[in-house]
Amino acid sequence: MDTEKTLRPDIHHPEYARLRFRIALTVILVAIVPMVLVSGIILYQFDRFSNQMVHAHLGELVLKHRQNIDFFLRQRLSDISHLFRSFGVEPLRDPAFLQQRLQVLQEEYSYVFVDLGLIDDQGRQVAYAGPYELQRADYSGADWFRTAIHRQAFISDVFLGLRGHPHFIVAVKRSWEGREWLLRATIDFVAFNSLVENLAIGKTGMAFILNRKGEFQTRAPVGAPKLTKQQYLNLFKKGEDTLRRVSPGLTTSDLLYEGHGFADEYLDRYGPFGSMFTVEKISEGGTRFIIVAAFLKDNQWLLIFQQEMADAFAQLKQTQLVTALVALFAVPAVVALAFLVAGRVVRRIARLDFEKELMNRQVIETGKLATIGELAAGIAHEINNPVAIMVEEAGWMQDLMSDGIQTEENRLEFERALRQIQTQGRRCKEITHKLLSFARKTEGRVQEVRINSLVQEVLELLSQRTRFANIEVKTELAENLPVFEASLTEMQQVLMNILQNAVDAMERTGGTITVSTRREGGHLRISITDTGPGIPAGNLARLFDPFFTTKPVGKGTGLGLSICYGIVHKMGGRIEVESQVGKGTTFHVLLPMKKTTAETQGE
Amino acid sequence: MALATILLVDDEIPFVETMTKRLVKRELEVISAFDGPSALAALRQNPRVEVVILDVKMPGMDGIETLAEIKKHHPLVEVIMLTGHATVESAIEGMKKGAFDYLMKPCDIEMLVAKVTEAAQRKRRQEEKIIEAQMREITSRRT
Repeated sequence: MDTEKTLRPDIHHPEYARLRFRIALTVILVAIVPMVLVSGIILYQFDRFSNQMVHAHLGELVLKHRQNIDFFLRQRLSDISHLFRSFGVEPLRDPAFLQQRLQVLQEEYSYVFVDLGLIDDQGRQVAYAGPYELQRADYSGADWFRTAIHRQAFISDVFLGLRGHPHFIVAVKRSWEGREWLLRATIDFVAFNSLVENLAIGKTGMAFILNRKGEFQTRAPVGAPKLTKQQYLNLFKKGEDTLRRVSPGLTTSDLLYEGHGFADEYLDRYGPFGSMFTVEKISEGGTRFIIVAAFLKDNQWLLIFQQEMADAFAQLKQTQLVTALVALFAVPAVVALAFLVAGRVVRRIARLDFEKELMNRQVIETGKLATIGELAAGIAHEINNPVAIMVEEAGWMQDLMSDGIQTEENRLEFERALRQIQTQGRRCKEITHKLLSFARKTEGRVQEVRINSLVQEVLELLSQRTRFANIEVKTELAENLPVFEASLTEMQQVLMNILQNAVDAMERTGGTITVSTRREGGHLRISITDTGPGIPAGNLARLFDPFFTTKPVGKGTGLGLSICYGIVHKMGGRIEVESQVGKGTTFHVLLPMKKTTAETQGE
Repeated sequence: MALATILLVDDEIPFVETMTKRLVKRELEVISAFDGPSALAALRQNPRVEVVILDVKMPGMDGIETLAEIKKHHPLVEVIMLTGHATVESAIEGMKKGAFDYLMKPCDIEMLVAKVTEAAQRKRRQEEKIIEAQMREITSRRT
C-alpha cells in the first residue's frame, strides 16, 4: 500500500480548501456584520449626540455672553439715569460739574464712559464733559437724537458722528421746567469691543454684534472668512421667526429699554434659550459655519457667534477618525483571524478524517485476518478427512504386514492401500494449494479481476461448508463481463463475507444460494440471494454497523459486513440489501467499472 | 463370535471401507453406512447392532441429528462420535444428547476398539438390567 503518501492528512486537498474558505467566510460574516452595524449605529448616535452637545454648549455660552453684554448696557444706562435722578438737570448744566461727574464715573468704571453731555429738547448740547470739542454741538439733525427724544432710555447704533470715530451713545430723558432733557454718554468702543470679543472659542470661534442694517457694531472679524452681508441680514429674519415661535406675544415693538424697568433687577424677558438660535451656513468661500445668535438691545442688535464647523466639531471628527482607523485595522485582523481559525479547524478535521481512514483500514485488516482465520479453520477441517483416511490406510497396511504380504490377496490389498494414500495425499495437496493461492492474493495491490472466476473460487472454498449444510449453490454468471481493476483480496473478502453469512443463515435448514453477475450500465452487479430466514427490519438499518452481530458470542465479530461496506464504498460502489423475513435475503454489490474493454472471462 | 456388532457411519467412503477392514480384522462385526438416513435404515434392519460409530460432519443430516434419531428409536444402542478438530463443540453437544464418548479423527484403532468394547459391554449390562427387572416383575407377579 502506498503508505508513504497517506501517512499524514492531506490538508491541501481542494475539498479542505473549500471547507476552510467556507468556515472563514462564515466567521467573517458573523464577526464583521454586527461590528459594522453596531459601530454604524454608535457613530450615528454619537454624531447626533455630540452635535447636540456642541450646539447646546455654544448656545449656553452665547446666552451667557448676551447676558453679560445686556447687563453691561443696562448698567451704563442705569449709571447715567442715576446721575440724572440724583442731581436733576440743574447742576448738570454746569460743564465743570459734569466733568466732575464724568471723572467719578470713569474712575468707577475704568473709563468706559468717554464723555457726558446734556442736551435740550432742541438738540443743542447745553453742557459737555469729555475729550472732544463738542460744546454747543447741535444734534437736532442726528438720527439718534430724533429717536432718543421720544424715549425714556436709548442706546444708539455705532456711528462715526461729529467726531469721526466709531462710538455709540446711551441716553436717558428727563423732564425739567416743562422741557425734555437728555443726558447722553459715549461708551468707549474699545472697552465694549473687548467685552464682546471676550467670547473666543477654539481657533475660529468669535463673537460680534450686527445692527439691523447689517453693520458691524463691534470690530468686524478681520482675516477670518465671513459670510456676506445678505447672509448676516437673513439671520435677523431667522431670529425673529424663532422668537415668534418661542414667545408669540413678544414683538420688536416691545421695547425693553423704553420702559421704566431698565434699571431694575436684571430680567431676561427672552427666556433662557428662547431668543437664541443656531444655524449652519456656508460662506461664499465654501467654509461651513455654525452660527449661534441672540438678539440684543430690543432686537435691534444681533449678537453673533460664528465658528467654522471643522473647528467646532474637531473633537467629533477626531473621534470618528479614530473609530474609522480602528475599524480599518479590525477588519483585516478579523479576516486574518478567521482564516487562521478556519485553517486550524480544517487541519483538525483533516486529521480526524485521516484517523478515521486509518481506523477503517485497520478494521479491514482485522477483518481480513478474521476471514483468513475462518478459512483456515474450514480448510483444516477439510484436510482432516484425507489425513484420517491416510492414517487408516497406513494402519491397515501395518495390519497386513503383521499377517505377511506373501499372499496374492494381501499384496493386492497392500498396493490398493498405497494408491489410496497417494490419492488422499494429492487431495491434501489440492487443498493446501487452494489455501496458498488464496493467501498469496492477500495483498492490497490493485489488479485485474475477473469477477466470474473469483466467484467460482470463493464458492469452491466454501463448497465443503455448503455441502455439509445441505445448501444448493446456483450461479448465473453473465458472460463477456469486462475485466475490472480492484484489489483481489478485498473482492474475495466481500464475496466471502456475504456468502459465509448466507451459509450461516441456512446452516441448520439448508436452502439455495444463487450468485449472479451482470453488467448494468457502467456498473457491475453481483447479487447473492439466499433462502434463509431473512433479516428483521429492525436489524436492517444496523446491518453494516461495526460490531453489530446476531451470532452467539464467539461466533461472529460483527465486522464482516462493515468491512464489506468499507471496501465497496472505497471502490466507489455500493451495497444494497433486500430481505423478507421467512423468504430470504439478497445482497447486491454494485461496483463501478473503470475499464470498459470487454474481455471474455473464463479460464 | 464377534466381540461386538457395530455400525460405522461416515460420508468418506474410502475411510469407511478401510476402517471396516481393520475393525473386522479385530473381530468386530461391521455394518457401514455413508449418511444419516441410511444409518437409521441399517439400524432398523440389523437389531443386533450394539455400537454406532458416527461422524459428526456429514452433508445433509449431520451427526448430531442422526444421534438424536438413533437415541429416539434405539435408546440402548451406544453411539461413539468421530470428529475433526473444528467440531469438538458439536461432539460435546453429542455427549449431552446421550453419546457414549467421542474420538478425534484420525484416531488410534486400538483405542477405538477399546471404546467400542466398553460401549458394547455397557449396552449389554443395560440390557441385562432391564431383563433382570423384567424377570423380577414376572416372578413377583407369580408369587
